[in-house]
Amino acid sequence: MSDKQGFMKALKCRECGREVPLTATHVCEFDFGPLEVAYDYELIKKSLTREVICSRPQTMWRYRELLPIAGEPTVGRQVGYTPLVKADRLAKALGIRELWVKNDAVNYPTLSFKDRVVSVALSRSVELGFKTVACASTGNLANSVAANAAAAGLDAYVFIPSDLELGKVVNSLVYGANVISIKGHYDEVNRLCAEIAGKYGWAFVNVNMRPYYAEGSKSMGFEIAEQSGWRVPEHTVVPMASGSLLTKIHKAYQEFTKLGLVPASKWKVHGAQATGCSPISVAQKAGLDFFKPVKPNTIAKSLAIGTPADGFYALKVMKETGGHSDDVSDDEIRDGIRLLAETEGIFAETAGGVTVGVAKKLIASGKIPAGSSAVLCITGNGLKTLEAMAGHVGSTREIRPSLREFEAVMAQDKPELVAR
Amino acid sequence: MISVTIPPTLRRFCGDQATVDVSPGTVATAVGELHDRFNGIRDRLLDTGGSIRGSVLIFVNQEDIRFLQGQETPLKEGDEVSIIPAFAGG
Repeated sequence: MSDKQGFMKALKCRECGREVPLTATHVCEFDFGPLEVAYDYELIKKSLTREVICSRPQTMWRYRELLPIAGEPTVGRQVGYTPLVKADRLAKALGIRELWVKNDAVNYPTLSFKDRVVSVALSRSVELGFKTVACASTGNLANSVAANAAAAGLDAYVFIPSDLELGKVVNSLVYGANVISIKGHYDEVNRLCAEIAGKYGWAFVNVNMRPYYAEGSKSMGFEIAEQSGWRVPEHTVVPMASGSLLTKIHKAYQEFTKLGLVPASKWKVHGAQATGCSPISVAQKAGLDFFKPVKPNTIAKSLAIGTPADGFYALKVMKETGGHSDDVSDDEIRDGIRLLAETEGIFAETAGGVTVGVAKKLIASGKIPAGSSAVLCITGNGLKTLEAMAGHVGSTREIRPSLREFEAVMAQDKPELVAR
Repeated sequence: MISVTIPPTLRRFCGDQATVDVSPGTVATAVGELHDRFNGIRDRLLDTGGSIRGSVLIFVNQEDIRFLQGQETPLKEGDEVSIIPAFAGG
């Protein structure tokens, strides 16, 4: 392992294959194609075995050779290794033999999968000498950049659409980050950030640091494979905003297979979107290789990206693996959130409702066969999107501290108990 | 004139300028003018069939031209054009 680049070799264009040095840059100068980290897999193979992984602390950094930093992680060292929950009650409700929930709603420290990508992006930013970090976010990323930057002593600028849920706004402000709220939807925030990134010399985690940042998502796939008993699940259902997470979970399965950490097998990766912002699922269902951009209108604000950066590659992964895609309405999203909560005791944010709702459709249509086993990726916590559920989960029944008043309630619920 | 914001990736081809002024017309004529002044620009932005590359987004007054008239989107005095790499965000 070299001191300067660890197990990385270069940044490589996914389109033309040209290689450039491992700096803070995200697109190829030749064709604007996305740059991706290329690794020295021969070197990794000598270092990374199941035994080595198992000997390390239970965080995402136990797969450190496959994550793009040169030295040891300096930001977010405790992130990851979230529970993979066997979801028997949800499996029964959805009509499938076996179901697992990868629960990043309890990821550390900001309760979403974004802590994975941010710990990588900020550790790499520190290596490259940046003092200020930034992001364009639908909320969860802003929370994670704000928190992890605070813990690392970095200055943070986070840019969000102005219509975000209060929980996501407060969750960014509390860490002392500079929160800039943009009057527009996420795609407009993203465009502005590309312009700002071009002018200010900051580490924008999902602009100029994106090749490193995006690789952090692989850790969710590594953990799923390890926690499944060192094998790749037959079916994985992943929510899609930019589509990046879906492509990186597939890449994680490929890398584990290539390194011999899991046996070779066939897997399908399925993508979930909200009907109010479904450019990728609409294209997948129509059998297209490309998507048409849309203007988002959905309660699943964390997935509301009308021009998904990795839409093309997400479609490619679904095609290659034989995966499917679908989308669900706002009411179906709420139903999905409630079903996951009532069957498994897990309160997911709106993106989780999308994943559950789409899994239900894919199982009902046989695209995920009833006799198979599937993993659902839950990426964020319901406490951050309370607005989506308030008024849709019933209401409390308020009484005075009086046994008589409580028994009036019970007389409606369970009169046989009151009569005793 | 019309101001075109050039992304860092392309500035090397444009004399290291962050913005370049072009004449009114359409997005297509603006791309042509940039190419005439800064050799190589068109090949970065357009594929061999003359379509804007999937990896490139062009905005006129903050709106994606795919929601307007694509390369035929008119450009008038005072309009702002921004060229952005597609692979960002999320």
